Amino acid sequence: MSKPAEPVGGISFLNNPKVRAIVFQVLALACVFFVAAYFTNNMFDNIEARGIETGFTFLDQIAGFGISQTLVEYDDGSSTYARVFLIGILNTLLVSAIAIFFTTILGLLIGIGRLSGNFLIAKLSMIYIEVFRNIPILLQILFWYNVVLAALPSPRQSYSYFDEFFLNNRGFLMPKPIFEDNSGYILAAFILACVGVFFLARWAIKRHDDTGEEFPIFSVGGAIIILSPILVFFIAGQPISSEVPELKGFNFRGGWVIIPELLALAFALSIYTATYIAEAVRAGIESVPKGQKEAAHSLGLKDHVILRKIILPQALRVIIPPVINQYLNLVKNSSLATAIGYPEIVTLFSGTTLNQVGQAIEIILMTMAVYLAFSIVISLLLNWLNAKMQIKGR
Amino acid sequence: MAIYDVKPAQPAPVNHHGVFHWLRVNLFKDVKNAILSLLCIYLLYLTVPPLLDWLFFSATWSGSQDEVTKDGARWIFIIEKFDQFIYGFYPEHLHWRPLFVAALTVAFIASVKLLKSIKLKIAIILLYPFVSIIFIYGGFGLEVVETDKWGGLMLTVIVAAVGIIASFPIGIMLALGRQADNMPVVKTLCITFIEFVRGVPLITILFMASVVLPLFFRDGLDFDKLLRALIGITLFQAAYIAEVVRGGLQAIPKGQYEASESLGLSYWQGMILIILPQALKISIPNLVGSFISLFKDTTLVLIIGLFDILAMVTLTNSDTNWLGYEVEGYVFVTFIYWVFCFSMSQYSKSVERRFNTELK
Repeated sequence: MSKPAEPVGGISFLNNPKVRAIVFQVLALACVFFVAAYFTNNMFDNIEARGIETGFTFLDQIAGFGISQTLVEYDDGSSTYARVFLIGILNTLLVSAIAIFFTTILGLLIGIGRLSGNFLIAKLSMIYIEVFRNIPILLQILFWYNVVLAALPSPRQSYSYFDEFFLNNRGFLMPKPIFEDNSGYILAAFILACVGVFFLARWAIKRHDDTGEEFPIFSVGGAIIILSPILVFFIAGQPISSEVPELKGFNFRGGWVIIPELLALAFALSIYTATYIAEAVRAGIESVPKGQKEAAHSLGLKDHVILRKIILPQALRVIIPPVINQYLNLVKNSSLATAIGYPEIVTLFSGTTLNQVGQAIEIILMTMAVYLAFSIVISLLLNWLNAKMQIKGR
Repeated sequence: MAIYDVKPAQPAPVNHHGVFHWLRVNLFKDVKNAILSLLCIYLLYLTVPPLLDWLFFSATWSGSQDEVTKDGARWIFIIEKFDQFIYGFYPEHLHWRPLFVAALTVAFIASVKLLKSIKLKIAIILLYPFVSIIFIYGGFGLEVVETDKWGGLMLTVIVAAVGIIASFPIGIMLALGRQADNMPVVKTLCITFIEFVRGVPLITILFMASVVLPLFFRDGLDFDKLLRALIGITLFQAAYIAEVVRGGLQAIPKGQYEASESLGLSYWQGMILIILPQALKISIPNLVGSFISLFKDTTLVLIIGLFDILAMVTLTNSDTNWLGYEVEGYVFVTFIYWVFCFSMSQYSKSVERRFNTELK
């Protein structure tokens, strides 16, 4: 705000905006302080009256309940609540990562399809967006879980694909890779290939800057990253085998099991978030002025070069920020898993742990802190990207 | 000298109009498009006829449970449980009261749009919430209906409406506070609140409101469950409204602020008379957008044990006479949500288009 010029003789004390600002702020602070003090005072009285403990010592106690999906070691009888907290975070990250992967692909396809010259594809993409974006995500999760997945057959009648993948009402089963002695070489080869491609890319960019010569970095780099681990796999004598799930009695044994809760949640989150990503992609592509494409054509560039060097760099600048925001929304929406009992942070911690321990304030604040941490990390990432993608030279 | 006759105009070439031309341009432009189109048609053939058949042609619309067909939707379930889906456990002889409030809402919107007198408008706007609450809850001679009897679509709409109405003034205050550069303390408080709320999922705020909030008050143990959820949702929505309004405030040119100051208007006069009307007008599409999200988010109240329309699906299916009708229930609820959200988003698009013409 601009500074008002002082009238002759000065402003009266009460009308001085600076004095007013200070008085108002002191009042606001006093108000907040008073309310906070009142609440905390009541809170401690209530906690004492109910005999609830305070502090974080409960984290060292033994949890003693079963969890249907654990990424790190967990034992009903001896693992602590701190371990439960960790498992919750990991499960949240797992379902978010899976859903983000699929929603990006789906959203990209639908968003491009929305702009397609093909009438049917454009209309179908539009119908997809309008249908799934206007249905609450919780309703979609419950629908997939209670209707679609519940209708799957029992393990004995499960759908089988190539006799290695099975789908039934206990989840989706697939072969589990077993890493033998020499499998470390494959990982090493993969990491080496990544590092090599990184330096290759730097060299290619430098050469392009100096001489203008192009190097097909995407195809060559992709080939190196994919082929070298495969090559090492055969050289090292095929050290990875797979354990196929087998039907024993009434259930399957062995293999990797994806529990139905995870399936329903990942499915619903991907489908729902894809509608927003599709709209972001469409808006981004539409934001590139038509003249850019025409100018590139008149310079004699080929279609794929125009897409890669003219359209995409400008469109991505518009697409990426909203898409990353959608990723954050997806992570937050994964908390709805508590409605179907997928063991993520809210279900395990704000649900089961809270019921057992009863220390509502500590537990809910810890849960919120986890999501706040995700938010902060993602907004830092976003700021970094925005700074990096600013149009330079203006 | 040659004489030229006027030649009759020729019809346009056949391949430039008509169905075939349209098909060729829009569906079969080249081989790739032709394959994609055929795939789409096959996909539609696979899904649409069975879906329509299940939804309408083979569906059971009336009669008793014995007459249901096997491969169609059994809509008799919805017809049987319709009242529960709409009103929850609200006593049947009092169903006219929510209906009356719905009619009142229509009259309210119409009168706000049509009436010219500002004073009358403000009076109506202030009176409307109280009249509605009295009619739904009771008191003043009307039979009291406790909030644990409220449910179904009625509860969903009440939660959404209270959420938007109560969060609106709070959101505007937060937005103004965030813009107040001469008051760093107020600004910091507002930013902290907004960013904190926007950083966590609604469900954690609802848990906070339902479990922790009662601890904050003396004798808070018998705090109304619905009221707790409403407080949580209002605070949550306020943070989002604040960001939308801030977007509007930032879009107002600086000259408007300066002009209002040079007219000698005080801060509040300038805000209420000059800045906010413009800022709110340009944020209408985004406000509607955030209202749509709120409407969808109201489903979360079922997690803390309120019976909104989505919770009714499970509840009506626990009736031993009507087991296994989840699919019909979910489809019905989906339809209701979809109609609400889709019409709101169309409205927001039309507003956006109306504003756009000014810019073009």
